[in-house]
Amino acid sequence: MRTAFIETLTELAAEDPRITLVVGDLGFGVVTDFAKRFPKQYLNAGVAEQNMTGLAAGLAMAGKIVFTYSIANFPTLRCLEQIRNDVCYHNTNVVVVAVGGGLSYGSLGMSHHATEDIAILRSLPRMTVVAPGDPFEAKAATRAAAAGIGPVYLRLGRAGEPLVHDKPVPWRLGKALTVRRGEDVTLISTGAMLQTAVHAADALATEGIGVEVLSMHTIKPLDTEAIIESARRTRRIVTLEEHSILGGLGGAVAEILCESEVRNVRFQRIGLPSEFGKHIGEQEYLRKIHGLDVDSVIRCVRRMWEGGLRIHKDEHDGATFDRAMPIAKSA
Amino acid sequence: MPSSTMPPLVHNDAACRELARRIRIHVIHMTHRAGSSHVGSSLSIAELLAVLYRSVLRITPETIEDPDRDRLILSKGHACAGLYAALAECGFFPVEWLDDFYHDGARLPGHATAEGIPGIEVSSGALGHGLGIACGLALAGKRDDRPFRVFTVLSDGECDEGSIWEAVLFAPHHKLDNLVAIVDYNKIQSLDRVEDVLGLEPLADKWRAFGWATREVDGHDVGQVEETLRGVPFEPGKPSCLIAHTVKGKGVSFMENTVLWHYRSPQGEEYQRALDELEATV
Repeated sequence: MRTAFIETLTELAAEDPRITLVVGDLGFGVVTDFAKRFPKQYLNAGVAEQNMTGLAAGLAMAGKIVFTYSIANFPTLRCLEQIRNDVCYHNTNVVVVAVGGGLSYGSLGMSHHATEDIAILRSLPRMTVVAPGDPFEAKAATRAAAAGIGPVYLRLGRAGEPLVHDKPVPWRLGKALTVRRGEDVTLISTGAMLQTAVHAADALATEGIGVEVLSMHTIKPLDTEAIIESARRTRRIVTLEEHSILGGLGGAVAEILCESEVRNVRFQRIGLPSEFGKHIGEQEYLRKIHGLDVDSVIRCVRRMWEGGLRIHKDEHDGATFDRAMPIAKSA
Repeated sequence: MPSSTMPPLVHNDAACRELARRIRIHVIHMTHRAGSSHVGSSLSIAELLAVLYRSVLRITPETIEDPDRDRLILSKGHACAGLYAALAECGFFPVEWLDDFYHDGARLPGHATAEGIPGIEVSSGALGHGLGIACGLALAGKRDDRPFRVFTVLSDGECDEGSIWEAVLFAPHHKLDNLVAIVDYNKIQSLDRVEDVLGLEPLADKWRAFGWATREVDGHDVGQVEETLRGVPFEPGKPSCLIAHTVKGKGVSFMENTVLWHYRSPQGEEYQRALDELEATV
């Protein structure tokens, strides 16, 4: 995704002199070519994210379309008030880009896990929040953001994710992509969990469970129509995100479902517990521990199909995360 | 060079002093009617605002959308009553807008907002934001070879913010000599005297050490402020810093140099006394 992003931005910068990339002294080997080719459209703001974001707003006020770029929580939480007051309140064309969404930087530890960013940034007025599902989507999302549509948060994974879409798809900001059709359970994924969702759906298809997979790359504005339309058919919604179960995709979908007229929908969030990880390891390892690997997702979806739900006990009291507590089958 | 749409600047001490006095009178009326404060913070910048709008900034009510206009960012957004008064007096919006400042349903809130207020470039209120935005504007001006300058007014207490020093480090590195930071050094911050909260001294030396061409003036001496600000950049290739030594609450004897008038709203006899003192000033 990182590669797709910088390649796309490089193409765009050649076409549009307003495009400006501002980095917070990160992006070794990633931004070098861009910096060399477009010195007047590139800036290393130093290890100073508050100033990076404030000056990005200033550059945008003078007509630029600015991408701030850093990793994990540095371009978001570290300078949240600059994003809120300078970028969003002034409705500037600033795209905040974070590489390393979720657990991408696994072994680097807690400081480098971006696991609350979606919840926090989607609550900001005027902010669009996008977490592309694969490199193809990252490319499309970068193009959409570069059109100058006001503040955008672009949450990327890492480098080297596989393409999930094997052919070009009609990607549109704010419109979910239906990646698999199914009539039994809807699995809504955001960001780099898309591949996991598709693998789980394909495996469940062999058991005769039809799983519809939606790539919800845009979390804000949320494609409520797609959610409700699918819920009407399947009556079973599972959300999947590499993010805290509080306030992210799952929270956003729950808000819509609870207020919708569709009744009798079973709903399950799959995400990270709201606690700091106790485990050290790479992304795949950590995903498995937290039930975000393909097998766990399959079990969770199958359980819902059979009438059970996973219970999150940890959200408010900090108690141990119970990853697999089935409840009685519904009548 | 200034754009052709800009008016010639007029050097006039008496006019600046009169504008400063009128700003102060508005501030007393506004904070009285609103039951609000930050009176002292607005009074300390009256001459700075008067000189900027009367004889430094290349901006008029007709050129607020001109891409080459000078920008002023009031980073110390809590002193917005002074800024609103200056803009109204200079014709950016009707003086009547000041009447319901801070009230339910009013146009003008208690910290500077750019939404719907002609002449206000940047919304502020959270400290430590203005200089970073100013750096971005100034850098864009440099890169695009535009003639505009960017001025920002900071408070001394605001210099406690780390984000200020990120920007102070940034501007000289990028040789932003189209950028001017003015520190309203009134020596009193929210809860106490600056020297007793987090000492800033030697403040001018700090800015110089970071690479800013720095000067110090009496921030209430309009002649001195005007002459200095009309001389920016103080050095080619460097951003300019003006440390304006001011008195918090300046112009109303019992408000001067007190922490109290950061928070107190002029009411009753105090309101009348403040107005009487300002009306008597020539």
